[in-house]
Amino acid sequence: MVKLKEALESCQEEYFLPGNSCCAGCGLEIALRWAMKALGPKTALVTPASCLNVVVGLWPKTAPNFPFTNMAFAAGAAAATGMSAAFKAKAYRFPGRGWDEVTAITFAGDGGTADIGIQGLSGAAERNSDQIYVCYDNEAYMNTGIQRSSSTPHGAWTSTTTKGKDRFKKNLPAIMAAHDMPYVATCSISEPLDLYEKFKKAKSTKGCKYIHILAPCAPGWGFGSDETIEIARLAVKTGSWILYEVESGIMTLSKASRTLLDPSKRIPLIEYLSRQKRFASISEKDLIELQEYLDHTWKRIEVDLSCQDNYPK
Amino acid sequence: MVEIPKDFIQKEENLIIKGNVAAAYAAKSARVQVISAYPITPQTTVVEKLSEFVDNGEMPGTQYIKVESEHSVLASIIGASKAGTRTFTATSGQGLFYMHEMVHWAAGARLPIVMAIASRGPAPPWNIWADFTDVLSQRDTGWLSAFCSSHQEIYDEILMSYKVCEDHEILLPKFVAYGGFILSHTSKPIIVEDQDKVDNFLPPLPDEDGWPHIWMDPKRPMMFGNLIMPSGFYQEFRLKIHDAHIRAKEKIIKAAQEFKQVFGRDYGNGLIQEYKMDDAEVGMIIYGDLALQMEDAVDYVREEGYKVGMVKLRHFRPFPTEDIIRVAKMIKLLGVVDRATAFGSQTGGPVSCEVKAALHETKNTAKILPIINGLGGREVTLEQQKNQLRKLVKFNETGEVPKDTIHGTLWDCLLEVK
Repeated sequence: MVKLKEALESCQEEYFLPGNSCCAGCGLEIALRWAMKALGPKTALVTPASCLNVVVGLWPKTAPNFPFTNMAFAAGAAAATGMSAAFKAKAYRFPGRGWDEVTAITFAGDGGTADIGIQGLSGAAERNSDQIYVCYDNEAYMNTGIQRSSSTPHGAWTSTTTKGKDRFKKNLPAIMAAHDMPYVATCSISEPLDLYEKFKKAKSTKGCKYIHILAPCAPGWGFGSDETIEIARLAVKTGSWILYEVESGIMTLSKASRTLLDPSKRIPLIEYLSRQKRFASISEKDLIELQEYLDHTWKRIEVDLSCQDNYPK
Repeated sequence: MVEIPKDFIQKEENLIIKGNVAAAYAAKSARVQVISAYPITPQTTVVEKLSEFVDNGEMPGTQYIKVESEHSVLASIIGASKAGTRTFTATSGQGLFYMHEMVHWAAGARLPIVMAIASRGPAPPWNIWADFTDVLSQRDTGWLSAFCSSHQEIYDEILMSYKVCEDHEILLPKFVAYGGFILSHTSKPIIVEDQDKVDNFLPPLPDEDGWPHIWMDPKRPMMFGNLIMPSGFYQEFRLKIHDAHIRAKEKIIKAAQEFKQVFGRDYGNGLIQEYKMDDAEVGMIIYGDLALQMEDAVDYVREEGYKVGMVKLRHFRPFPTEDIIRVAKMIKLLGVVDRATAFGSQTGGPVSCEVKAALHETKNTAKILPIINGLGGREVTLEQQKNQLRKLVKFNETGEVPKDTIHGTLWDCLLEVK
């Protein structure tokens, strides 16, 4: 893994600039800032409807110091596919001018990914469209006022699940890994070096890459704006959010999650939940179900790790 | 009457092909750089032929994206066009409806995308046959739209469309529509033009900087399409789209003139094409493939001694208001034939409504008889079109509205319900 000192030295350049209109303590801002540090300037980004459309600045102000285009909700992955195709067409017409080095990125929220955007994303993954698709997951439709998405966890309050969500969080990274993509990774904004390395790896891999980042939302989850990183770290340490990579079918647990295969190494789930107002009224039954679901998810990870086989290429 | 050009058999590149294949050849002749498509009847043979071209290396450098839905078709084309490439796609009916969100987006972003539409009737009940409700229902999206009435016109109009759309004073997307199956799946001789001639006629492919108003270029980082407050320039951007439509009229006229000079084929003034209107007392405004057969009907009814004429509407957007006003002043009665519906409107037909609106403040102008026929691909025979003309003649002579109109519109050749 890259060392902190080394990363900080090579990460001086800022691409997502100050003066944007993110909320204080926004997880998305940290995710995009560090992703762009890894990706560098030869990056063109598409963002379907999400908080990111708004926080980048109202017209004509703009915080991203890289090519950025806003897109319709279901259209992220396809628009990035088109951009990537255009860069290839330009590389053919203007050889040696660096068009083949430009990476197309989709940067979408969990609603734009797991709900309305999943058809386009699945299509792009199956076509192996040359792009990095990034889901920054704040576990609800935060831009429209905290409505539930398929990525909202069980028991969480949202403005459309006022008694807590009955269903469990959709396991999107697993769905994407099932597409036999060249690269799937999960990240947390609490582990920026891990995130940095995963984006570097994705940029140097050809084909369609999927990176899913847990990006807590202070107003949506109900915690203080100075607690974002702590909350994200608790999600990892309780084992609620598992960091791993799947490279051509081979799964590897990332450092922060590696020891947590042993249940005794996971800190109690309640320490994560009790810090967030969205779980303030969670019932004992839901709490037990959440714990069981977490244990079950880890068992599945164990099974996946025990039968590793490279996809035929 | 469509005539086989005199030099047809003398040239190697002349082909007997389907209308859809003609559309694919036009995209090839235009050297499009990015194609994205999803199959739908009756558009499918466009995407099949383009696959063949790309797979055989006949379109070097062209990227062909085979997406999972029409929504993604237009989303990917928008991405590709924003990054500064010439793009092409094709669809039909339901596919166009599924794209609708992105149809607005493409015009709002002012992208010169050209899309062929093998028109088909909207479901339910399922219908896959000729009906222009699909393209006409996109009226207010900001796209230019043209109708073709022959195989050759499909090829020619796609070329003329790139010329108009990519003009830096226009920068708008365009539909090129033709009747599903009637033109898409029948074969006729067409001329595929010499590549050098096409290259000279069309504007050059976008340079490395792409379009003047939008780009995706790491050397010039810029954000496009972000949120704009009501106090911002939203309303002004919308006015600019309307302005470009109005300006497009002269560009379309100019493109048709140049096209005639270079390739020798005449499409009137580009916006409309008149047929035997000079001395006509009654006339018919009509569009798409039905216009071709209506020329024959005009000839036959003229043989019966009646001075009838026809105006082929080549463009719906921009609407040739000035031409329609001029034509309507020459004549006493105009039938307006729609192979499409606009439910709940004044006439029930989208083009007849538009014609009536255009003539609203004009004095001493023709009366209008709206006609709806051929919906969902129902056959409209030559005999039927002759009868439509005869009804116009009788209406003009007697002043009596035909008895079989419903809500003021002639719904021609309805089946009897028992």
